[in-house]
Amino acid sequence: MKFLCVECDRQMTFEERQLPGDGTLAAAFKCPACGRVVAMLTNPMETQLVASLGVQIGGRTVPVQPLETVRGMVATGREDAFVEAPAVATATGTIVWSAEAQERLTRVPNFVRGMVKKIYGDYAKERGIAEITPAVMDTARAELGLEGM
Amino acid sequence: MTLNIRTYHDLTEPDRSGLLAQVVAQRQRVAARLASVGHVIAVMSGKGGVGKSYVTAHLARALARDGRAAAVLDADLNGPTIARLLDAAGPLAVEPEGVRPLAGADGVRCVSMAHLVQDGQPLAFKGPEAESFIWRGTLEASALRELLGDVNWGALDVLLLDLPPGMQRFLELCDILPGPPAVLTVTIPTAESGDAVRRAMRAAVDRGAPLLGVIENMSGPPFAGRAGDDLVREFGVPLLARIPWHPAADTWGQLAGKLG
Repeated sequence: MKFLCVECDRQMTFEERQLPGDGTLAAAFKCPACGRVVAMLTNPMETQLVASLGVQIGGRTVPVQPLETVRGMVATGREDAFVEAPAVATATGTIVWSAEAQERLTRVPNFVRGMVKKIYGDYAKERGIAEITPAVMDTARAELGLEGM
Repeated sequence: MTLNIRTYHDLTEPDRSGLLAQVVAQRQRVAARLASVGHVIAVMSGKGGVGKSYVTAHLARALARDGRAAAVLDADLNGPTIARLLDAAGPLAVEPEGVRPLAGADGVRCVSMAHLVQDGQPLAFKGPEAESFIWRGTLEASALRELLGDVNWGALDVLLLDLPPGMQRFLELCDILPGPPAVLTVTIPTAESGDAVRRAMRAAVDRGAPLLGVIENMSGPPFAGRAGDDLVREFGVPLLARIPWHPAADTWGQLAGKLG
């Protein structure tokens, strides 16, 4: 799917992606010539279809995780389905999770928890963050587009 | 006003989403993972209840006992049985190289949706229930792609894919894999089974998949018919085995030997 600014005859470029609620996916596109912005809104079924393809509108923000679609989309997953590799380490040592961040992590279903933990861990590692706190999780979630994690 | 709008392919400016590139990357991931697999073989049938999974599991074990590195991907996502047939219990280890398959009977590696979904529960997905038929097939195809590409199968002589009844999963595989898989067909002797399996074999031929042969399972009474003979004659492929209700000790070894 592409968007064309008819007046300028220019392909519009992706600007921003949001999940405003109710299962809606909003993607904004801007004309590089006149600056006009339009937003494409999908209904919940269309949002689900995009997610089912395993692609991300706006481009990938995190590296591909093993079985990420399965772990992110299966509702009846086993709590004991996975054992994860040991935590990542920074140049100065293993990344620490604050008690509050750990508590928040426990609210993520175990089926997907390991993957979520790794994504946050990689985020902290890449930025040299030694301790993951709820604030770091919020920032990462917003930056990486991890709504729901 | 008549708009003079160009086609999708005429618009070639850089796209930050890179959706096409993401899809290409998905396919390359599968191709790279399976580069170390000698043969990918789909065990299929147009008919349910003919014993595909049973044949798949025993064939994989016989291949392993014969010294070949064999694995099974349970591609029956909604009715997985391979985990039990191969006595392979989880959990699955997630490692930097990917998900490590479990080792089952005779060392056969396997991954099944039974390792991922709660016992006694259906494979259910998050998302809107209304009109789920629109996206469910897509999601299952994505799951199949991830099971092929995200599992660290390692170097294998044979990867058997245990398919559910019908042709849909086979067609999905043709889109996901670098090329159509070789096909091993299972039928029972009845004419009804022959009718359904014939359609599946025709679909495989239409997609350019090599047919390795036919296995007639549950051969002999109480089933009457000659579906196995009919199918091999019609498609010009070998009848690899006629497996009775109570197979002899060397049945599976002989079948494995016929797969080169």
